[in-house]
Amino acid sequence: MSISVADVEYVARLARLELGADEKEVFAGQMNAILGYVEKLKGLDTDGVIPTSHAVPMENAFREDLVSAPIGVDKALANAPQRSGSFFNVPQVIE
Amino acid sequence: MKYQPVIGLEVHVQLLTDTKIFCGCPTKFGSEPNSQTCPVCLGLPGALPVLNRKVVEFAIKAGLSTNCSITPRSIFARKNYFYPDLPKGYQISQFEDPICQRGWLDIQLEGQEPKRIGITRIHMEEDAGKLVHGDLPGLHDGSGVDLNRACTPLLEVVSEPDLRSSDEAVSYLKQLHQIVTWLGICDGNMEEGSFRCDANVSVMPVGSDTLGTRAEVKNVNSFKFVKQAIEYEIQRQIDLIEDGGTVVQETRLFDPNLGKTRSMRSKEEAHDYRYFPDPDLVPLVIDEEWVERSRRELPELPEQRRQRFITELGLPEYDAEVLTANRALSEYFEAGVAAHGNAKAVANWVMGEITRSLNDSGTAIQDCPVTPLLLAELLKLIDGGTISGKIAKTVFDEMWKSGKAPHVIVEEQGLVQVSDSGAIEAIIDGIMAANAGQVEEYRGGKEKVFGFFVGQVMKASKGKANPAVVNQLLLDKLKG
Repeated sequence: MSISVADVEYVARLARLELGADEKEVFAGQMNAILGYVEKLKGLDTDGVIPTSHAVPMENAFREDLVSAPIGVDKALANAPQRSGSFFNVPQVIE
Repeated sequence: MKYQPVIGLEVHVQLLTDTKIFCGCPTKFGSEPNSQTCPVCLGLPGALPVLNRKVVEFAIKAGLSTNCSITPRSIFARKNYFYPDLPKGYQISQFEDPICQRGWLDIQLEGQEPKRIGITRIHMEEDAGKLVHGDLPGLHDGSGVDLNRACTPLLEVVSEPDLRSSDEAVSYLKQLHQIVTWLGICDGNMEEGSFRCDANVSVMPVGSDTLGTRAEVKNVNSFKFVKQAIEYEIQRQIDLIEDGGTVVQETRLFDPNLGKTRSMRSKEEAHDYRYFPDPDLVPLVIDEEWVERSRRELPELPEQRRQRFITELGLPEYDAEVLTANRALSEYFEAGVAAHGNAKAVANWVMGEITRSLNDSGTAIQDCPVTPLLLAELLKLIDGGTISGKIAKTVFDEMWKSGKAPHVIVEEQGLVQVSDSGAIEAIIDGIMAANAGQVEEYRGGKEKVFGFFVGQVMKASKGKANPAVVNQLLLDKLKG
């Protein structure tokens, strides 16, 4: 499989990234290099190996259902570019 | 051409935990916007989500109650999309290996055979925040984002496309609603969005085995609207096809005011969520022992209880159905039976006076001022002949108002039934003397007049005369 500029544009759109024409070329090349490297795995026998979802061999980390204090409205909104009362204020979202 | 509708439902069940699924913020509804938030649910960089154990317990219970297999090792995934109510830019959900898989519920429409509806999967996920528009306190231009609901625990229950009509869909939905509220894992409030349903609807020619293109109808927040929305959507698709058009795969919004669905253009773009395992959340391993422990903790489910009411208590099917409508009602009834003994008598009162009074006053059965014990005591007063069934209704009304015990009310108001034949005879004699004409009519063969005499005697005794004694004495005396 080979990554084209169109693939880069598609992924960039999903990620809401705006790329220049030269950047698209650069990224297509880099992605192809990464995929090419990963291709090497195909040479391995992975029959009976469970697909790895996590790098750390750990399971069942839980918290109990106990309330901890929220940080408060002012702290929650401290980094908001714009607030309105207790709301984050964003451009009108049309349904 | 005749068309066959095909429907599958996706139901979101908001779980009754005290805290959110991945952080300790409270899940309380109706708080000041953004007051129930922390770095985790705000999606701040570096925050680490940790799974609420109770969400897992609830999911297992839901799965076992809907005949699902519990997945021994399940993982969380990131579902990536951008929307202002989703602070992280992804929703933590389950994609591959959801916690529950391959279950079913049996539904039964009136006059039809039971039908098995497959459940594809049940997975755990976090809710998004809430967007508000328009004229709200403190909000000027644009939209407001409230992240109190962000990270609230949900189960998504996905059915197979096994439903063939709006009635089947509603029946399935009601049963699922009954189960999750019965288990106490969801409050079931559809208006507040604690139990919400999206319907995938398509139509195909009768006899075809190729499914048509489906539309997903969102925003249906009552059983009535589910029925309306599905029926509208079925007809819309049939009309479209008959007119030579084609159904497009899209998300449609149900407008309850118009009773119609309309296309949500904002979501038309093909979804590509780029799911991948969330590295912040380690795999969830549920061993056989955990599953069995959960199974033992399950309450008797509505269907089992309904069957038991029929087979063990000898109730008619109708009564068993009504009395298992919700868990609290069935428990009230059982407490009454335990205290009194006659299941049918208790059933009649619970389905009659109790239900009527609850409905009239808008009271929940949990808050019923007449406890099962007091109800049993009232029925015993009838059984023992202390009061008549008619007087019992008067006593009941007083119990409802004052919360007093029935024997206290009977004493205070002098409502004890008169079974003394001498006293009743005296009343009868007086009435026969005053109504000589009717006595003649009766003796002349007009037996309907008997009811008139019963009524008069009961009236004269202010309802306290024992009806059985009255009937017997009247029969004797009227014969002459």
